[in-house]
Amino acid sequence: MKKPIVEVKDLVAKYGEDTILEDISIDIYPEQVTVIVGGSGCGKTTLIKNIFKLYQPYSGSVRIFGEEITDMDEVEYEQVLKRIGMLFQNGALINSMNLFDNISIPLEQHTNLPLSIIDKIIKVKLNLVNLGDALELNPSELSGGMKKRAALARAIVLDPEILVCDEPSAGLDPLTSASLDELILKLKSLFKMTIIIVSHELASIHRIADRLIFMDNGRVLFTGSLEEAKRSKIPEVETFFRVGKFD
Amino acid sequence: MYLENKTLFFDGNLTRFNVSELLHKIEEFKDKEIKFLDLTKVSNIDSAGVAFLDELMILFREHTPHLLNASESVDTTIKMFSSMNITPVVPKEGLNFFTRIGDSLFRWRESIIRGFYLTADIFFWSFVCIFKKKGMRKGSVINQSILIGVDALWIIGLLSFILGLILALQSAAQLRQFGANIFVADLIAISMVREMGPMMTAIIVAGRSGSAIASEIATMKVTEEIDAIRMMALDPIRYIVVPKFLAITICMPLLVTMSTLIGIAGGLIIGITYLDLSAISFINEAINILTFKDVIVGLLKSVFFAWVIVIIGCYYGFSVKGGAEGVGKVTTMSVVASIFWVIVLDAINSIIFYF
Ligand SMILES: Nc1ncnc2c1ncn2[C@@H]1O[C@H](COP(=O)(O)OP(=O)(O)OP(=O)(O)O)[C@@H](O)[C@H]1O
Ligand SMILES: [Mg+2]
Repeated sequence: MKKPIVEVKDLVAKYGEDTILEDISIDIYPEQVTVIVGGSGCGKTTLIKNIFKLYQPYSGSVRIFGEEITDMDEVEYEQVLKRIGMLFQNGALINSMNLFDNISIPLEQHTNLPLSIIDKIIKVKLNLVNLGDALELNPSELSGGMKKRAALARAIVLDPEILVCDEPSAGLDPLTSASLDELILKLKSLFKMTIIIVSHELASIHRIADRLIFMDNGRVLFTGSLEEAKRSKIPEVETFFRVGKFD
Repeated sequence: MYLENKTLFFDGNLTRFNVSELLHKIEEFKDKEIKFLDLTKVSNIDSAGVAFLDELMILFREHTPHLLNASESVDTTIKMFSSMNITPVVPKEGLNFFTRIGDSLFRWRESIIRGFYLTADIFFWSFVCIFKKKGMRKGSVINQSILIGVDALWIIGLLSFILGLILALQSAAQLRQFGANIFVADLIAISMVREMGPMMTAIIVAGRSGSAIASEIATMKVTEEIDAIRMMALDPIRYIVVPKFLAITICMPLLVTMSTLIGIAGGLIIGITYLDLSAISFINEAINILTFKDVIVGLLKSVFFAWVIVIIGCYYGFSVKGGAEGVGKVTTMSVVASIFWVIVLDAINSIIFYF
């Protein structure tokens, strides 16, 4: 197996006094889809935000692309961030800009491409998420699912090496959700992207997951391949695969 | 509802429409011994009814009453809505007096440090961005200048004019008694240039733009837009704050200059119409009394106020907690704080330069 591309060791995260994550140690391997599963409120979003230093972890170590990032300086870390795309749980499009401007931010800031090229890239990416005709709309004029898809287009606009998606298919109808899964698989195979996905949807997990990280109450219950997860005897994991629900 | 044989009998409905009535009636049985609650004739029960039964269980807990003869549907409802088996949430232990004082001192210290870092960040990146445009949105300085400066021209102009009129009118009545009509020009020129122009403008800009900055940043924070900007390998300070900072630094002295000139014009009108002064002599007098120092101090002061407004707006915007209601709160706090500090700093400035 290849060396992990993201290594998290003994990560502890707190909001004020409340400890949300305790001693999380996980590895994410390149060119795989890793799905983080867990009940609502168990700390999945918090985990992602701490790994990528949107919140400073309370303690622990995180290595991305083989480099320790928890004590990296800003300038250096920005170089790392340029190789990562993130889709937030609520989309997080900049509300004061239309879709085109939103998606062009990374291109405009981090490349010297002329407008004609930028224009084409954005159109292609929006078409990939079936939003080709929404170029001029403002985020407030989009439905919840459309916002999410637009945010995905923004996350992949620089063809990142790591793509992180916080519940990409929550709130989407089954058909759109399936086509999103297809897109994710394509990104993995075509661009050799490493993909980290937070998801609850059993159907979607069966389609896309290579590896699973199962969380409960701020701890990791299980990590392993999809096959191992299906055979797991851990009660929570077993229940999830039998009925698609958490207790 | 009636009592017979230590058994309380209910009939008909036990719903939110009659529960409060029943609670009143229960008063008369308070001291009785009740061992059973008979629900044979109860046909309808809802969550309020179940809560009522729970209440009775607690009220008569010495006799541990039992429920009798509930029909199947009533029984199911009771099982689903009963609060008796919910373990109570233990509230967090409150801090004692001294810990709380220590805690708030600690937080004070922390917020001051945060303020310092923010200020340093803003100054550093603003300086860098003057030479290197990367990291800011294209055209955003011009955009912000229009929002902060051009859009405020009207209101600042109008209010300064009125202020000039009032100042002149109030003092004219006094000066006239001594035949010192011409001194109205001195009074208006000095007060507009040194104090009223910068202060008026700062207060209006704090109300218009300071609040806008705080609420914009706070909204972006609660909707994770700040995080998204960060993940795009951009610095939120550089991307959002610096354009505003540069714009306000350019606009404020210009707005103050305009405000001062219009204020003096207001005074001039009173001088001409009410004090029979000629425009030439009024203007001459005003120019003669003003020193270079007055003008420079006034303008520098205005730039300083501008920075205070931006920094306070950002500080409160970034410190938002909670959702939409948090945004409203920090917006209000930022306006109050920036007006407060503008006035305090103005006072300090007067003491330093004119005492
Ligand atoms: N800003 C915050 N301040 C304080 N506590 C928070 C904050 N955000 C989240 N929490 C707490 O952290 C815990 C984990 O939240 P998190 O958002 O990571 O859950 P999640 O697994 O992503 O849930 P979901 O599937 O519903 O998105 C929750 O108990 C929540 O109450
Ligand atoms: Mg979440």
